Amino acid sequence: MSNIIKQLSIFVNNEPGRLAHISSVLKECGVNMRAFNLAESTEFGILRAIVDDPDNSYDLLRQKGIIVKKTDVIGVYLQDTPGALFQAADVLGKANINIEYGYAYSYKDKAIFFIRVDDPEKAVDVISKQGIKMVSDSEI
Amino acid sequence: MAFWNEEIETMPREELEKMQLRLLKEKVTEMYGKSAFFRKRMDEAGVKPEDINSFEDFRRVPFMKKIDLRDNYPDKLFVVPYDDIVRIHVSSGTTGKPTVVGYTKKDLDNWTEALARGMTSFGLSKKDMVQNMHGYGLFTGGLGVHYGAERIGATVLPISTGNTNRQIQLMQDLPVTALAGTPSYYFHIADVCDQMGVDIRKDTKVRKGIAGGEPWSESMRKKLEDRTGIKTYNCYGASEFYGPMFLECEEQNGLHLWADLAYVEILDENDQPCKEGERGAIVITMLQKEAFPLIRYRIGDISAIDWTPCKCGRTHPRLMRISGRTDDMLVVRGVNVFPSQIESVIGEIPWLSPFYHLTLTNANYMDSMLVEVELTEESLTDDMVKLNKMSAELSRRLKDVLNIKADVKLCLPGTLPRFEGKANHVTDNRNYD
Ligand SMILES: [Zn+2]
Repeated sequence: MSNIIKQLSIFVNNEPGRLAHISSVLKECGVNMRAFNLAESTEFGILRAIVDDPDNSYDLLRQKGIIVKKTDVIGVYLQDTPGALFQAADVLGKANINIEYGYAYSYKDKAIFFIRVDDPEKAVDVISKQGIKMVSDSEI
Repeated sequence: MAFWNEEIETMPREELEKMQLRLLKEKVTEMYGKSAFFRKRMDEAGVKPEDINSFEDFRRVPFMKKIDLRDNYPDKLFVVPYDDIVRIHVSSGTTGKPTVVGYTKKDLDNWTEALARGMTSFGLSKKDMVQNMHGYGLFTGGLGVHYGAERIGATVLPISTGNTNRQIQLMQDLPVTALAGTPSYYFHIADVCDQMGVDIRKDTKVRKGIAGGEPWSESMRKKLEDRTGIKTYNCYGASEFYGPMFLECEEQNGLHLWADLAYVEILDENDQPCKEGERGAIVITMLQKEAFPLIRYRIGDISAIDWTPCKCGRTHPRLMRISGRTDDMLVVRGVNVFPSQIESVIGEIPWLSPFYHLTLTNANYMDSMLVEVELTEESLTDDMVKLNKMSAELSRRLKDVLNIKADVKLCLPGTLPRFEGKANHVTDNRNYD
């Protein structure tokens, strides 16, 4: 069990229909998305997805010719600890850990904030010391 | 129509060619004595100066190429000491290294003479005011046109490039009669005049213009003239010669090549002379150049020569419109760009793959250049901040080497076209109609 979660970063060219194509491939491969976030640069689009079996999904997508990378992220539970997001950001800043991006996910009574940092292991260490609850990979 | 130097400009072809052969022989002999580079080349080719007694003999002299200028950077091809050099110009070169050109007093004098003749040939005189919109500085356009116009007694407005509103303001406030600039800048001036509600025909006295530094076409010229009422005359040159040097006369039918200053050959693919009027590679020998002589220099442009007498009365041959390149050089906003320069920048950046593509467009006749290049698998990241930084770094490094701004697009690995055999890295969609 680990608090470091493997997110899939799927890269697509900014062309009409590309995202629809990716969605159908994900469906075909039986990839189950728990949370996702879309980002777009001037050059290409990025689908960041938390999936239930990242290693297997990664292999399946590769075989389909999809450009995908595994990116380590951490997930902080927001509903148990009031102000958890602020606390987490604050402690990361004090530890000189840089937040590259983050996105929220909520499902029923769960609210999770996924964060990409430049040093995930150190991040897990400093956040857990604050008593902030993190998602473990087995929970996905 | 007036002449600047009537005796020379109307000399019969036979006499001109006799003079050219004499000057060729003198220059080769002089260079053989002064230039270690030239002597070595001649010896390798087994040619001695005394072997040259005809134009045919002269074709045994080896070529000089751009790469020779690069290999001898910065000043190894100069054949006079700096004491005798009164000016330096520097132009962008092939793979990062620029070309440095030195001028003696006599060189500047001949350069200015060439332009004074050309300007006179389309009717400029001391009665004119020339607004010089070419860049001043290391680039030869600005100072070349400046001294040429001063020599004929015209009033020069040395405004240089940029600040289009001010250009148009001064055009109206002062009795400017002629402009000098790149074709694309003329179109930009015309656009801004429209926006400002300025009618060049009514609100200014500008009626003539010198256009050079980048390729354009007859139909573009027609459009510009119809739009602005400015009759434009083509100008051709390169810093390796002196700078802008040959101009069209009133007839607008080719650039008069001053035969006492330059000997121009047009060669086919086998380096054999083309028939008169046929297109081929331009090979130029500067007959009176002192500090940085050029002998059989392959400039890389393609054109043809016409010796038939010009209606203007000048006997010197005319160079037709440049119709292409013998190499992959591109002229973008008046700046020489080689795909190899872009390759070298990409090669130095570890997070880029060697796959790239260059696309040129010219909306409103203003060139833009897009460089698309693939990221490597390893460097591909979903961090936008990092991606933007990479894009900015590539942009900056390209600007440093090319001297002009390129738009940059980072592409996903494996998404640019692959080529079997000779890669085609350039799409030139510029339209000169
Ligand atoms: Zn003429």
